[in-house]
Amino acid sequence: MRFVDEYRQEADARKFVEAIRGVIRRPWHLMEICGGQTHTLIKSGIDRLLPDEITLVHGPGCPVCVTPIEQIERAIVIARRPEVIFTSFGDMLRVPGATSDLLSVKSEGGDVRIVYSPLDAVRLAEQNPDRQVVFFAVGFETTAPANAMAVWAAQEKGLENFSVLSSHVLVPPAMEAILSSRESRVQGFLAAGHVCAVMGYWEYEPLAEKYRIPIVVTGFEPLDLLQGVFMTVTALEEGRWGVENQYARSVQRDGNQPAQDLLKKVFRTCDRAWRGIGEIPNSGLALRPELERFDAEKRFAVEGIEAEESPDCIAGEILQGLKKPQECSAFGGRCTPEHPLGAPMVSSEGACAAYFQYGRAEAILTAMPAIDE
Amino acid sequence: MFGGACPLPLSDYPTVQLAHGGGGRLSQILVEQLFGKAFSNPTLEEYHDGAILEAADGRLAFSTDSFVVRPLFFPGGSIGSLAVHGTVNDVAMCGARPLALSAGYILEEGFPMADLWRIVEAMRDAAIAAGVSIVTGDTKVVDRGKGDGVYINTTGIGVIRPGVEISPRRARPGDRILLSGRIAEHGIAIMSVREGLEFETRLVSDSVAVSPLVDALLTRYPEQTHVLRDPTRGGVASALNEIASQARAGMRIEEGSIPLAEEVRGACEILGFDPLYVANEGKCLAIVAPEIAAAAVEIWRAHPLGREAADIGEVVEEHPGRVFLRSTIGGMRVVDMLSGEQLPRIC
Repeated sequence: MRFVDEYRQEADARKFVEAIRGVIRRPWHLMEICGGQTHTLIKSGIDRLLPDEITLVHGPGCPVCVTPIEQIERAIVIARRPEVIFTSFGDMLRVPGATSDLLSVKSEGGDVRIVYSPLDAVRLAEQNPDRQVVFFAVGFETTAPANAMAVWAAQEKGLENFSVLSSHVLVPPAMEAILSSRESRVQGFLAAGHVCAVMGYWEYEPLAEKYRIPIVVTGFEPLDLLQGVFMTVTALEEGRWGVENQYARSVQRDGNQPAQDLLKKVFRTCDRAWRGIGEIPNSGLALRPELERFDAEKRFAVEGIEAEESPDCIAGEILQGLKKPQECSAFGGRCTPEHPLGAPMVSSEGACAAYFQYGRAEAILTAMPAIDE
Repeated sequence: MFGGACPLPLSDYPTVQLAHGGGGRLSQILVEQLFGKAFSNPTLEEYHDGAILEAADGRLAFSTDSFVVRPLFFPGGSIGSLAVHGTVNDVAMCGARPLALSAGYILEEGFPMADLWRIVEAMRDAAIAAGVSIVTGDTKVVDRGKGDGVYINTTGIGVIRPGVEISPRRARPGDRILLSGRIAEHGIAIMSVREGLEFETRLVSDSVAVSPLVDALLTRYPEQTHVLRDPTRGGVASALNEIASQARAGMRIEEGSIPLAEEVRGACEILGFDPLYVANEGKCLAIVAPEIAAAAVEIWRAHPLGREAADIGEVVEEHPGRVFLRSTIGGMRVVDMLSGEQLPRIC
């Protein structure tokens, strides 16, 4: 398959691994921002191909993981209402709130439906004028334009029965929060290629300057990640910082202008709580005042709902790269994909899910065959 | 030859009535004119409480399965063809030649009779192609709103020839793992027509009876064929995990050797699905002695249903119960059982 197979070749992967071995002199901590990148790293086994000097710490870029637990509870309350068709990306349904999850609400009789595009939710609203259709609009800058388009389309069509439960977050403020934390071990970033495809990478240049850190915009295929690691390690070994673009086939410095224009028409930036991490200033998107009638929190008066996190879950530390999944005492025991304590165990972009699913738990690692056979 | 309109007078009963399952006159009309006409054979036409079959010497294989698929009609098949293929394949996976099926229907009041006829026709065609007869059956009708149109249960029996001994416990270190063709086509075809996920594809379900492949393999290598399994729900990954844990052996498979259509791969990439966990309805996994593996692959490839057959890995002594995969870039990972359903990802 074109644009996929070229980036999954063993011979090329070996060349990159050798090149990384050739330049590396010291130990480095690198963070890949996006959970999709984490999964590629673990699924293709890159984490075990890289030299021991490199420690990969997994970043906060798992949209369903950072969606606040209160927001999940609000979703549950709304989805239980008989007049509501609650629509969501599939990923979100298994994420545990404090009391339940959306899949359970569905099995209890709630009308919860998976959509692949937010515009499908708009269409459902048109087809069901006597029902309230709510779309759970989560995600980073990658999903925000499509969600913005749904709100825009609902306004254009004059739909009174469509609203969004919005929980959008932004990458650069989260990177700044990680960099300014005293506990952080991160020395170089692999930035999330698809976020940059929308927003460009000019936003990262001041961060790289301020914290004197290399940031390499990186794609999602195995060879993209190996090249991203190579570029980051090379910069670190040479004492350079700044932004470089590994993912040039998709990303330009200025990003996707029409998408950004649409975001500005629909959303404004706001302070946002990140699940497990806490509030980060200016790190979220909220509907602009003139579009607030599409805000499901207001429409269903659920703003007041509060929720408590399981005290056993260290998702916040996982999402900031402070701990690895297997360092959690609940991992694989009290917390499994069947009985998750936190979102990273069930999201397809969650680090805990990747470690569990692809066998990075310690007991199994010892049984893992050598790589060069 | 098999076409034709529904043999029941649709003007009288365009939809299923509760009385069609009541045991009286309407039941009799439905059974004799619709099912009886489609599945016509001497055993069925006894219209007895059960079927009487000639006894075979040796061992019988016996399996049952219920079908609740949505939508009822999908690209490449319907609940009818699936109900035949599913049970025929389960019987074949015991190393048996499928002989006869029962068919039990739970119909929802108000279900269009013409749709029922299409489903029954599909069952008839699938049974003829698989060389089995539908020899007994049952019909119940539930109130409108209490069913999903049609549910079908089929039970099948088959005869195991002498010398054949299929069991997951027979997988042993050194054995090769064979796969009869491209994976994940049924699951993706169904997905492509589900509400909320519709995407355009020419892809059709792989639903088919794989008994001819099993027959070809067992005719030549009755003793060297150790395990057979059809990787339906949960896909190849779950089937291999089940065998590994029952055999208390490890497995290693090569990602690059697993047959996969471009279109299926594309859909899986977009949806965030791992094709190893997506359902198949016309594929067979075989674990065979290493010395016959290459010849067995050739036997399958010579058959139209097995053109893409491949040797995808081996059974090993290490890590019993666990399946490892060598990725296309040369990394290693565990392939675990599927937990819950695969759900489409956000981005």
